[in-house]
Amino acid sequence: MVEIRGLHKSFGPLAVLRDIDLTMAAGSVTVVLGPSGSGKSTLLRCINHLEKPERGRVRVDGELIGRRRASNHLYELGERQVLRQRTGIGFVFQSFNLFPHLTAVENIAEAPISALRRPRAEAHRRARELLARVGLADKVDAYPRQLSGGQQQRVAIARALALDPKLILFDEPTSALDPELVGEVLDVMRDLARAGTTMIVVTHEIGFARELADTVVFLDEGRVIEQGPPAEVLDHPRHDRTRAFLSKVLA
Amino acid sequence: MSLLSSARRTSAHPPTAPPLPDELVVVPARHPWRWIAVAAVLVLLAQFLHGLATNPGWEWGTFAGYFFEKSVMEALLVTLELTFAGAVLGFLGGIVLAPMRLSGNPVLRAVSWAYIWVFRSVPLIVQLLFWANLGYLYDRLQVGVPFGPGFFSVGTSQLVSAFGAALLGLALHESAYAAEIVRAGILSVDQRQREAAAALGIPRLRQFRRILLPQAMRAILPNAANELVNLLKSTSVVYVLAIGELFYQVQVIYGRNGRVVPLLLVATVWYVVLTAVLSVLQHYTERRFSRGYAR
Repeated sequence: MVEIRGLHKSFGPLAVLRDIDLTMAAGSVTVVLGPSGSGKSTLLRCINHLEKPERGRVRVDGELIGRRRASNHLYELGERQVLRQRTGIGFVFQSFNLFPHLTAVENIAEAPISALRRPRAEAHRRARELLARVGLADKVDAYPRQLSGGQQQRVAIARALALDPKLILFDEPTSALDPELVGEVLDVMRDLARAGTTMIVVTHEIGFARELADTVVFLDEGRVIEQGPPAEVLDHPRHDRTRAFLSKVLA
Repeated sequence: MSLLSSARRTSAHPPTAPPLPDELVVVPARHPWRWIAVAAVLVLLAQFLHGLATNPGWEWGTFAGYFFEKSVMEALLVTLELTFAGAVLGFLGGIVLAPMRLSGNPVLRAVSWAYIWVFRSVPLIVQLLFWANLGYLYDRLQVGVPFGPGFFSVGTSQLVSAFGAALLGLALHESAYAAEIVRAGILSVDQRQREAAAALGIPRLRQFRRILLPQAMRAILPNAANELVNLLKSTSVVYVLAIGELFYQVQVIYGRNGRVVPLLLVATVWYVVLTAVLSVLQHYTERRFSRGYAR
């Protein structure tokens, strides 16, 4: 489903991602761990081309993202094509980023209407279904500001689902939440994982990784230090840096 | 304790027990200076109103006679036309210039910057006189191939009437200010909003129209209303082109009859009334764009 080869990204002189190679199978859940500044978010943002990597390739479902290959060159795609590709890749932000001037249902229906050209009535009907699925059937006409952080993030997940994406990227979806609200968001994500959604999740929730991840990837200083099933990486890390990180997170 | 015992409402407490906190009466702070300030202001205000009513110099009779006079009404219409057309053209220009100034294209950015620089630098009155004298610089204007042959031409003074020159000057002047107001609005929207829209694959123009602009409007509106009031009053400057707008017209009348003060008062009160109308419109427009915000 997702294939990353030789991905390299730097901001000025600072190399944030170096030679990343990763493969994620369809229907799998990958949890990316790593200390802050290790490049986790940048990796996610390269997968939907919010950041443009200098070298390397990202393929989603066989399709090269953000670039077109002709002989030995990769040509940057036009914005219109990149936007079309992004409709197949959901993205959930740490800070929710709901549109504050639109109601919950309008937030969810906006992209299907404008990017996929779905009829308004159909998009709204589907948006209501999705709100029910994340347990917010009674918040259809609420504005983001009237919702708690956990509710906002659940609307944001419904918004990502509305495009029927092949893949959903989660960038620290629970880091901005009060501790007692983390559970409701993780519950929704658990349902998605069990339903076979392909997910890549950057998080510090080790419990979530242990329970649902097929693969845990540990990133440090822009490199993949180790990866494998959670039982291996979380319980028997081979690398010192992984051990040091886990001991801090689990402490 | 015994002094407060009369404030006790229940007999459940033994007489010696201290009263519960919720039984204590809160006495608001006294503000004697407030009352003194109010008295001083009221006296000054009364003096001013008394002067308005009793000073014969205001000539309220003359004022009333001219307030709805036909030529004044016609001039008022010209002022409204100039304001409306100037605002529409100015903000259309601003909506083009602001994204240009924020664009990734360095040429567009530089052109927009230079435009704003020039048109904010030149005083409106100077600019108006320039446009009115365009015929002195360019006798005829023609449409054709740049630096090559022309297809047809018209005399400049035929094309640019005094009213046209006034409108052109106001619109060009206004777009420079409108551009900065719109730009401030766009910058006030959190960058992450655009990012979220881009991550959802929403088309570029739709991102601007549906996501960015409605949020930017909250910051744009108060400044735009300010600018509109400013424009309303700036139309009085076009009197230099002998256009019969409100200020020009009252000058014509007092030039004839010498009643300067009541006629200036006619113009003043109309400007105040129009500004009040704009303020009411501003209130309702702002309310419409505050959807989803607590305030």
